[in-house]
Amino acid sequence: MARVEFKNVTKRFGGTRALKDLTLTVEDGEFFVLLGRTGAGKTTALRSIAGLEKPEEGSVLIDGVDVGDWTAAERDVALVLQQYSLYPRLTVRGNLEFPLRPKGRRMSEDEIARRVERAANTLQITHLLDRKVERLSGGEMQRVSIGRAIVREPRVFLMDEPLSALDAKLRESLRVELKALHHELGATFLFVTHDQVEAMSMGDKIGVLRSGRLVQVGTPSDIYERPANTFVARSVGSPPMNLIEGTLSGSAANLNGISLPVAIGMAGGAGPLTFGVRPEAMVLEQGAPGEARVFDIEDQGVIKILSLDFGETRLHATVPAGTHVKRDEIVRFGWKPEKVLTFDRNTGRNLAFA
Amino acid sequence: MAEVKTTREVVMNRAAIAAVFVALIVMLTPIYWIASTAFKPRSLATTAPPTVFFEPTLTPFAKLFVRRSQMREPVDQETYDAAPWWEQLIYDDGESVVRNRRSGEITPSGYWDRYKNSLIISIISTFLAVSMGTLTAYGFSRFKVKGENDWLFFILSTRMLPPVVVAIPMFLMYRAVGLHDTHLGLIILYTAFNLSFSVWIMKGFIDEIPREYEEAALVDGYTRLQAFIKIVLPEALTGIAATAVFCFIIAWNEYAFALMMTNRNAQTAPPYIPSQVGSGLPDWSVIAAGAFLFLLPVAIFTFLLRNHLLRGMSFGAIRK
Ligand SMILES: Nc1ncnc2c1ncn2[C@@H]1O[C@H](COP(=O)(O)OP(=O)(O)O)[C@@H](O)[C@H]1O
Ligand SMILES: [Mg+2]
Repeated sequence: MARVEFKNVTKRFGGTRALKDLTLTVEDGEFFVLLGRTGAGKTTALRSIAGLEKPEEGSVLIDGVDVGDWTAAERDVALVLQQYSLYPRLTVRGNLEFPLRPKGRRMSEDEIARRVERAANTLQITHLLDRKVERLSGGEMQRVSIGRAIVREPRVFLMDEPLSALDAKLRESLRVELKALHHELGATFLFVTHDQVEAMSMGDKIGVLRSGRLVQVGTPSDIYERPANTFVARSVGSPPMNLIEGTLSGSAANLNGISLPVAIGMAGGAGPLTFGVRPEAMVLEQGAPGEARVFDIEDQGVIKILSLDFGETRLHATVPAGTHVKRDEIVRFGWKPEKVLTFDRNTGRNLAFA
Repeated sequence: MAEVKTTREVVMNRAAIAAVFVALIVMLTPIYWIASTAFKPRSLATTAPPTVFFEPTLTPFAKLFVRRSQMREPVDQETYDAAPWWEQLIYDDGESVVRNRRSGEITPSGYWDRYKNSLIISIISTFLAVSMGTLTAYGFSRFKVKGENDWLFFILSTRMLPPVVVAIPMFLMYRAVGLHDTHLGLIILYTAFNLSFSVWIMKGFIDEIPREYEEAALVDGYTRLQAFIKIVLPEALTGIAATAVFCFIIAWNEYAFALMMTNRNAQTAPPYIPSQVGSGLPDWSVIAAGAFLFLLPVAIFTFLLRNHLLRGMSFGAIRK
């Protein structure tokens, strides 16, 4: 079990910088999720910890020790990938034994058998042990990949979008299993994904990565409720946070000709702002100041998600399923003032962060 | 659902089959000719029109391996009866085996020595070219090499020159350094000749192997070399087999340099077989027997590796 740290890590590939001055700490035993779009540098970050990439600048520390000069083998971490992480020539058992058999490890056959048995039990793949890898389904393969990681009892688990190649149902159940596994092992997990739902539901902590730079670190509710900037605000939540351009005067927000109340002492100033409000903090009621046209209705059973056209801006609002609205109907809306955030329109920065 | 073929498709299909058939006949006839001549007695080897039906005999093979001389008078019955079967075959053709005057041992012809030379030189040079080629290709495929494309082009460019152009200087150099007529000399030559080919083909195959496999092994605690042996080699086996067959065929069939660089000690079969045409009336069935045996190793080698080759020929498509 271990703490992992990045200190001012920069990694270049020719002209592109995959990681830019990345500083980040993953505490011992934490389930840390690194969230970012394709190309954000997530894989590069994991590979730098595993020793498969050498950053040009900065250092990577495991348990406070700079591992810059350590080989991948010496770092004692396990890596689970989206694909290609099983050896096609071996059976499931062969794959599970493989990490235990390097010459340097000198593990007894008894111990190997015991560990494989235990990993197979944990992941419920005992019945697959003698099967060839190519005969496995996608979900089974990923289970075996995770098994390959846990047999070794490594210091850190690194997972590079291990669930993204699976279908939705399977993804959901494996998500739960992985969390349970983390709980059981108490090990440090660094889990990488581009899927915000995955990040929100699994992470003890989330780090949002954008173009190699760390934008924000926090618990899922931090990230959700207090996004550091409009990028994070748009990245998490489904549907995403509503972002409306406007200005602030006193305790009212002026949006495209209408005026909505905001909390007293709202950070803002006189400059151009972007107001942010989550769909569930939107209120539809008679006599509310805002006026919008219903563009689309998505009935999710418990709630309905409305898409609204407010001038040029597309807004989302979640309302109880019992609400009766029709397409193209004109509705009136307001918001919960205490839930409103303000962002600098030019930099996108959340103004509540001093 | 049954596929309905139009008349046009049927005709095209038949035409294609017919074309393949004709091509096969054209290609297999020389091989048939060699094989049948190798089993003909001398008297039937050169008849016109050619004899198609005959009783096959091993006489040409018996003759191939020993030194013989024409007999002036027939052998006496007692000696004939005492001789082994293959010697009797030679007597039947009016020739006798040349024996050492003092020890009475038979003297072998040069064929078996040349054949052995061919095997030794081809196998060793193939092994070297393929193993060096695989390692080089791995390096180019997996590591950042400065000027990688220039190097690869340079390696390929060694094949752009027709080898005969450098034959004379090579000959002089080999004479100067004492590599002339040595096994080592030809092994070096053939290895160098096949290496560029081997590097290029193997690079294609290794590029196709996902590096994730090796990297997983590295993270799992294996060294680079162990990962190479445990993961890359088994995956590259198909490519290695294909490359080995090509290198072997090239080395096995090479004629021009073998003719020039060797004369006795390290001479291979290709320059030796035609040299036997030289004295007196050529014994075509013996030459055919020599050529027939010469065809076998490539055929066997290719046959043994056929499963790998079939997949290997669709270069790089190792994964389904
Ligand atoms: N081996 C490499 N060579 C060149 N560029 C690379 C390499 N690996 C990654 N990159 C670049 O670095 C950036 C980050 O990549 P990556 O870490 O794979 O992102 P992610 O995993 O978040 O999708 C991308 O722009 C990618 O093109
Ligand atoms: Mg990635």
